[in-house]
Amino acid sequence: MQELLSYSAVELGRLLRRGELSVREATEAALQVIDGGQSGNNAFITVTAEQALAQAERAQQRLLAGEGVGPLTGVPAAIKDNICTLGVKTTCASKIMGDFLPPYQATVMEKLEQAGAVSLGKLNMDEFAMGSTTETSFYGPTRNPWDLNRVPGGSSGGAAAAVANRECWYALGSDTGGSIRQPASYCGVTGMKPTYGAVSRYGLIAYASSLDQIGSLARTAEDCAAILDVIMGKDRRDGTSLDAPCGGLLAGLNPDLTGKTVGIPVDCFEDGLDPDVRARVLSVADVLKGRGAKVEEFRLPVMQYVVPTYYIIAAAEASSNLSRFDGVKYGWRAQGYEDLTDLYCKTRTEGFGSEVKRRILLGTFVLSSGYYDAFYRKALQVKHVIKSAFDDAFTKYDLILMPVAPTTAPKLGESLSDPLKMYLSDIYTVSVNLAGLPGLSMPCGFDRRGMPVGAQLIGPALGEQAILNAAYAYQQDTDYHKQAPAAAEGGETA
Amino acid sequence: MNITTELVDYVSELSRLKLPEEEKASMTAQLEQIIGYMDVLNTLDTSDIEPMSHTFPVKNVVREDEVEVFPNRDGLLAGAPAHDEEAFFVPKTVD
Amino acid sequence: MNWEVVIGLETHVELATRTKIFCSCSTEFGGAPNTHVCPVCTGMPGTLPVMNKKVLEYAAKASLALNCTVTQYCKFDRKNYFYPDLPKAYQVSQLYLPIGRNGSVPIKVGSEEKVIRIHELHMEEDAGKLVHDNWIDQTRADYNRCGVPLIEIVTEPDFRSADEVIAYLEKLRSTLEYLGVSDCKMQEGSLRCDVNLSVRPQGSDELGTRTEMKNLNSFKAISRAIAYEARRQEERIELDHKRVIQETRRWDDNKDATYSMRSKENAQDYRYFPEPDIPPMELSDAYLDALRQAMPEMAEAKRARYQAQWGLSARDAELLTSSRAMAAFFEETVAAGASPKQASDWIQGEVLRELKERSLDVKEMIFAPENLAKLIGLVSSGRLNRGSAARVLRGCFEDNADVEDYMCRNGLEQVNDAGLLEETVTAVLAENPQSVADYRAGKKKAVGFLMGQCMKRLKGKGDPRAVSALLNQKLES
Repeated sequence: MQELLSYSAVELGRLLRRGELSVREATEAALQVIDGGQSGNNAFITVTAEQALAQAERAQQRLLAGEGVGPLTGVPAAIKDNICTLGVKTTCASKIMGDFLPPYQATVMEKLEQAGAVSLGKLNMDEFAMGSTTETSFYGPTRNPWDLNRVPGGSSGGAAAAVANRECWYALGSDTGGSIRQPASYCGVTGMKPTYGAVSRYGLIAYASSLDQIGSLARTAEDCAAILDVIMGKDRRDGTSLDAPCGGLLAGLNPDLTGKTVGIPVDCFEDGLDPDVRARVLSVADVLKGRGAKVEEFRLPVMQYVVPTYYIIAAAEASSNLSRFDGVKYGWRAQGYEDLTDLYCKTRTEGFGSEVKRRILLGTFVLSSGYYDAFYRKALQVKHVIKSAFDDAFTKYDLILMPVAPTTAPKLGESLSDPLKMYLSDIYTVSVNLAGLPGLSMPCGFDRRGMPVGAQLIGPALGEQAILNAAYAYQQDTDYHKQAPAAAEGGETA
Repeated sequence: MNITTELVDYVSELSRLKLPEEEKASMTAQLEQIIGYMDVLNTLDTSDIEPMSHTFPVKNVVREDEVEVFPNRDGLLAGAPAHDEEAFFVPKTVD
Repeated sequence: MNWEVVIGLETHVELATRTKIFCSCSTEFGGAPNTHVCPVCTGMPGTLPVMNKKVLEYAAKASLALNCTVTQYCKFDRKNYFYPDLPKAYQVSQLYLPIGRNGSVPIKVGSEEKVIRIHELHMEEDAGKLVHDNWIDQTRADYNRCGVPLIEIVTEPDFRSADEVIAYLEKLRSTLEYLGVSDCKMQEGSLRCDVNLSVRPQGSDELGTRTEMKNLNSFKAISRAIAYEARRQEERIELDHKRVIQETRRWDDNKDATYSMRSKENAQDYRYFPEPDIPPMELSDAYLDALRQAMPEMAEAKRARYQAQWGLSARDAELLTSSRAMAAFFEETVAAGASPKQASDWIQGEVLRELKERSLDVKEMIFAPENLAKLIGLVSSGRLNRGSAARVLRGCFEDNADVEDYMCRNGLEQVNDAGLLEETVTAVLAENPQSVADYRAGKKKAVGFLMGQCMKRLKGKGDPRAVSALLNQKLES
């Protein structure tokens, strides 16, 4: 069984198609790890074992019939709990959502269904995807499988931890300011946030609409390519989704980087970056060079503006997006209210956690009368400057290489006491969301404590293939992505 | 920028949040710290820069004016904390 | 002191699309609560709006017809506030880049002409309906109206009287109705009006403090509310020596008065910002040109043409252009061969009477203009007399049965058989010697009775002119 769990999603898919394994075997193996690991890392909020076994049965029939079969048919996955699943509890890890049963299916879930996926359940996260540690979840923190005293990162911490701990072969997460890439980095898995608009947001419970994007967390770049092939594409229900060619990323993978230029923004390797992280990320450049890429350093001075710009825009949109949670149409309602306003205030004050309330207040402030121009409008202007800086860089470089986070995973409880410090740690990820670009985080080694380090590859808009090619090339020459935490290696006996 | 408790009260009222006193004090301090940090944006001259609300030049995304009936009306009402088979319930609203 | 009233209007008009502005739910009026809803318009988490093509087209058409400058790069914004009729807790509207700006509407009150300036025209979504249920002491929220497309038309404070306001609204209603962008039915709420009113001493250039009046759902209510509110403000200043308070007041149709709506305890700070879920809209020159080309002839132009081209009276032209459907019915009747004068008479007479008896609108009428033209033709060719024609119209009105078939089936064709007429008249004269004697003694009125007897024998189908001529001839001989 250990061997079965160690396969990548694409490898497992191949074995299932060859009939060397049954979908049921794979599904049961994963469910067994989830059951065993539940107390350990708390990656799942909801496990849908029964549904998963029924989906496994249907996928198996497809495989037998050879109809509607793709690389991921029958491969068990799990879904971040801010993606609406028809009739399956969707919580955003918030008390205010109560036992919300979505009356409709997210577009990505429809696409997974069409691809013959098996869904094991819903993954823990920071409440409403606001946080960098998965500690703000109403359902308790998720723990990092590499060190249970450390956080898995966030907000897709459950997704990263589940993939790292071999509880599923891949996961769908969402990334508003690094929420896929940063936990992927902390947990030693490969995570990709596609170009804004490449994947439909219909059914993704919004945090910051102009920045949110659904993406993949998996073992390898190859897996990410296969997942994006399934979930990307124009959706008539999402007006911001891009009408761009999609599919073929997996088939198009090419590890030859001859003629490709990789830019390294030196501003991202200065103060505040952990030396182990710095060394590991820079070592990626050497591997890419070995595959034929040219590497150049350049300056990206806009980096100093990205965190405030991000937090103004994200908080403003969040304050509006989260206003609908008021105890009237769905979710949880406080008791003992006097009138309508009291119902609203009690429900929202008791239903949201501190971090969410902080961002709602911040967002309300930056939009309020008298402050809009100085904060929100200003942030939209700086966003324009940031976008232009990246556009300029991509006239010279095919890819940008930089860290994902300044450090490896911190200990539980270290981050929440100082919100500003936590916000600042998002410096390397948020610019990608502001500029709408695709970005990937891949394991590139370990720090002195044995915690995984991630490196980030960023491409121009719709440059997913170029990013995946570089990551694929890197993973041909390294095996960091194949390493698993002791807990996962040792199985139940560890 | 000095963030006063009055400002936090005002913003809380707009957000329909009612922080308990002890939470309010720490929230005020944290907001002041965060908003103070945002001052760094003022070191960048953006007087000639167009605010960018939408990142990509996607435009004119429209659909045809054709009726589609949503088949799961019960599912829309079922999750409401107070409802019957026809409507969502709220405490009395006053004009 | 002499006071001048200064009024500005904010008019919400429901657009006549089949579906809502951001989802594919029906806009049909009057469904059971929460039947025209989906995850999008009920604000379910994770849903997204997608713009209805027709809404953009209708709003652009309205902007052009009201002489606005069209904002060729326009966007939506979110207006944030909490209320249970607004399930997302924000209304998608337009603040920063409304689709139309700086328009104008010429109006005429009596012989006085005036131009009302339009400040802006923007698109937005309607809110739901809240009904308090006393039985359970809960307010029921119905989201059927959530997302119904509206345009809001905001004027400058250019009105100086209720008459000007009514003239403007009539003009607005006619224009939008002719454009086909709205039904403008006040009773169904598809045209709603907020009146901003202040008073100032005659001759002053400064604006006084204004109040905003809501819940005005008929032209009559608007007139009365303006009169009431102007007097209230004048008396407050003049008699009570108090200042007018800027507030929202509600018109109570039953009490004939406005009263202050409990001022919301919460501050009005809507925190507008660009709606990130809806990409901007670019209206190209070609798009706008095509809309201009397709612009229909408006009521005013039609009235002038009816008088000049067809010699109709101003009154007839006015009536025939009172709605787009009426004008179309008239024009199609003429196009099918009827004389304009006769078509006008028939429409204003029998057709309107039939509609009124059935409480129908011209738009709902099944009876076709071609059929009316045929009916008029039967009369003028002498195959049907006017009285029988009215019976035919009545008989064919509901199912649009062919008038000629109906006439034949029911044996209503005019009797032109000279022999039969001769026979009838002779018989009637023979049977009524007293009347004949009366006539010959100078009581000319007796001919009416004899005429009636003849028509009765002919079952109403005789050609009245021929019968009358024959009678006269025989009586005088």
